[in-house]
Amino acid sequence: MSDTRGVGSSTPDDADTDAALVGALRRVIDPRRVLVSSFEKALYAKDASALSPSEPGVVVLPLTTAEVQAIVRIALEFGRAITPRGSGTGLAGGAVPLERPVVIVTTKMNRVLEVDVDERTAWVEPGVLNLDLSKAVAKHGLHYAPDPSSQQVCSIGGNVGTNAGGPHCLAHGVTSAHTIAIEIVLADGSCCVLGNDEPGYDLRGIFVGSEGTMGIVTKVCVRLMVNPPAIRTLLADFTSIRDASAAVSAVIASGTLPAALEMMDANCIKAVEPWAKAGLPLDAEAVLLIEIEGVPEGIEPAVAEIRDRCLSSGARTVRVASSAEERALLWKARKSAFGAIANIKPDYYLHDAVVPRNRLVDVMESVIEIANRHDIIVLNVFHAGDGNLHPLLVFDGREPGVLERVHLAGDEIVRACVAAGGTLSGEHGIGLEKKDLMPLVMTEAELAHQVLVRTVFDPDGRCNPTKVLPAGATCGELRRVPEGAWV
Amino acid sequence: MGLVKYAALAEREASPSVYRFVEAVGTYGPVRVVGAQTQWAIGRRADYQCTDVRELRAPDGVVDVQPSELIVRVGAGTPVADLEVALADAGLQCPLDPASPMATVGGVLSVGRSGVRRLRHGHLRDTVLEALYVSADGVLRRAGAPVVKNVTGFDLPRLLVGSIGTLGLIAEVVLRCGPVPAMRGWWTANGVDPWSVRRSTFRPSSILWDGTRIWVQLEGSRAEVQSEVQSLAGGPWESCEPPAIPSERSRIDAQLVARLRTEEPTVVFGVSTTGWLVEFGAGVVHGVALPPPSLLAPVLDLNRRMKDAFDPAGRLNPGVLPW
Repeated sequence: MSDTRGVGSSTPDDADTDAALVGALRRVIDPRRVLVSSFEKALYAKDASALSPSEPGVVVLPLTTAEVQAIVRIALEFGRAITPRGSGTGLAGGAVPLERPVVIVTTKMNRVLEVDVDERTAWVEPGVLNLDLSKAVAKHGLHYAPDPSSQQVCSIGGNVGTNAGGPHCLAHGVTSAHTIAIEIVLADGSCCVLGNDEPGYDLRGIFVGSEGTMGIVTKVCVRLMVNPPAIRTLLADFTSIRDASAAVSAVIASGTLPAALEMMDANCIKAVEPWAKAGLPLDAEAVLLIEIEGVPEGIEPAVAEIRDRCLSSGARTVRVASSAEERALLWKARKSAFGAIANIKPDYYLHDAVVPRNRLVDVMESVIEIANRHDIIVLNVFHAGDGNLHPLLVFDGREPGVLERVHLAGDEIVRACVAAGGTLSGEHGIGLEKKDLMPLVMTEAELAHQVLVRTVFDPDGRCNPTKVLPAGATCGELRRVPEGAWV
Repeated sequence: MGLVKYAALAEREASPSVYRFVEAVGTYGPVRVVGAQTQWAIGRRADYQCTDVRELRAPDGVVDVQPSELIVRVGAGTPVADLEVALADAGLQCPLDPASPMATVGGVLSVGRSGVRRLRHGHLRDTVLEALYVSADGVLRRAGAPVVKNVTGFDLPRLLVGSIGTLGLIAEVVLRCGPVPAMRGWWTANGVDPWSVRRSTFRPSSILWDGTRIWVQLEGSRAEVQSEVQSLAGGPWESCEPPAIPSERSRIDAQLVARLRTEEPTVVFGVSTTGWLVEFGAGVVHGVALPPPSLLAPVLDLNRRMKDAFDPAGRLNPGVLPW
């Protein structure tokens, strides 16, 4: 067999291997769920990131854990890697199938298996959509807290893979904090359940966010939360980003931690408002969307306190949503921001980085300066309370040279965030997009430990290879670090 | 306000006490970190004999409290009581809640058992944003970062919590904090169904039940707490001192807890007990020594491989394994 084949290209040898592989898969999986045509495979060639597509070797849609095990074993037998995939809404290229792997799509494993209302937990299959889970338990007065903007279409399995966040993770924590146990299939096809308590190491904790590089999730036990008896949503508008950022710090220090604290800048407001019609002030430089949860008797003093903090930080007005409809409209404006971008330019590149909250002002100014310098329009809509920035670079890919400018600007923005004491990703993950930036935040020795934990789960690198870890990072480097060095 | 400058970004500086700790760990010979030894028996293998284990203390002291960030940087050897004082001065709290006030921050995290406020504040491990640790090869490494949200690479802070110093020795941590509530206290009632109590409160800190009496811990603004007390099912509810929590602590299944409604505790537990206390929402019972759940073969194998990968020579806290 040729060993010189390039990524995504097929040779006659490949065709033979693929035919045998497909044959083996179709003996154990309903052939209609083993996709081989170029058209079908193209649907699974990329995720929601701006990264180039890559054709999968074959795409399989299992229904059960046993089927996943069988697929993994067959892939192993044929020396093929596997790439787990949920809804494909990832933004870092984690599900882009490099090296023609067997893509295992969990979307058909989409049952809520069991809800324990007293314990407030549920066992679900990985293909259950995030919002569908909350809808399924709404009759019990419960919901699933992590709420990525893509929650209508993203799956719980994908959320586990990326340790997904969302606006409401400010008070309640990200996916990891809501994942009680996971059933996984390892690279050798064996299956096990990792729980969230002793005895043993927190293997569940290290698996959550591993972007498919340690195995594939086949069941998830999630923690459910009680729907808050009272919710208030505030919209504060500012004539400068500086004032809005100061208000973020003031609110955080207020003694009431909001459930969510989001910022949208002027460019974002102008893109969203004509479409969402949520009453966002078009002449504002920034708005904060702040949500407070609690019991009815306790919530008004907290609202008053936060309103005062916003006003004394320079807010022009603070509006409290007066109805559930108004609240829903404000959130629609926030969560649909990315959909509204098409009104400005056809393409966008969404970034994700985290900075300490007290550096928000400096970093926001840097972001705007970098975008201006590269002549790129930037919109900012992000989780301000977490210091989790989402600069959105919008452009028209047909303009000559624009892609290079977008990438340069993006790279500079990430470096600016790291230089401010931040890190590469708050909730989208590393995937392919940022793996080569990992040395910005990790020393060689730290990268070696990253490789090490991955190797414990997947010694031969069969699960979603080429993701997360930069090319060339190996455990071997562990030995070469000088004694006592803080490299 | 200058724009942020680029730097040799991954390079960082740690405090002198951290470097001294790194030097003390060195690169060879069995070594373990001693805190206040309040949970010393956990994970310890009775059959292991080794007399030449070097005992070290982790750096002691609160390095930096940042109220605007709701975070604190603290040496692992710092007594939790000292941390609590430093945080309280800044209007903050971090619910490590060890059973003994003597316990050190590093000791609590290494053992990884949450306090009784887990129902509201979540698992102990989720408080750790960054950990500086010394690995078996004597190298200082950072896991995580001092920001509240982070999915940059694999989530090593989670792995370190509860690893009892067998994968790396924690030198310093950055912890997520929250505001000190205006009001916090315990309320108790007799003969109330704990499940209906749980349903009647929005976000209690603790619900403890001994089969007849129930204790609820609440915190928040005065108005919030008063409202929560009003809405508690059954009653009458009285304000009370914190209940005494028996020292023995076991994991317990929800199904087992449910059986305690109707069956004799000794039948449910399978062992006799002089006083037990179920911690709702945490899967924990205090005062009963139940056999720990055993790990199935594939999980046991992963645990062993993790230990071997991080500490091939077995020099970190020999004689202790968390399973």
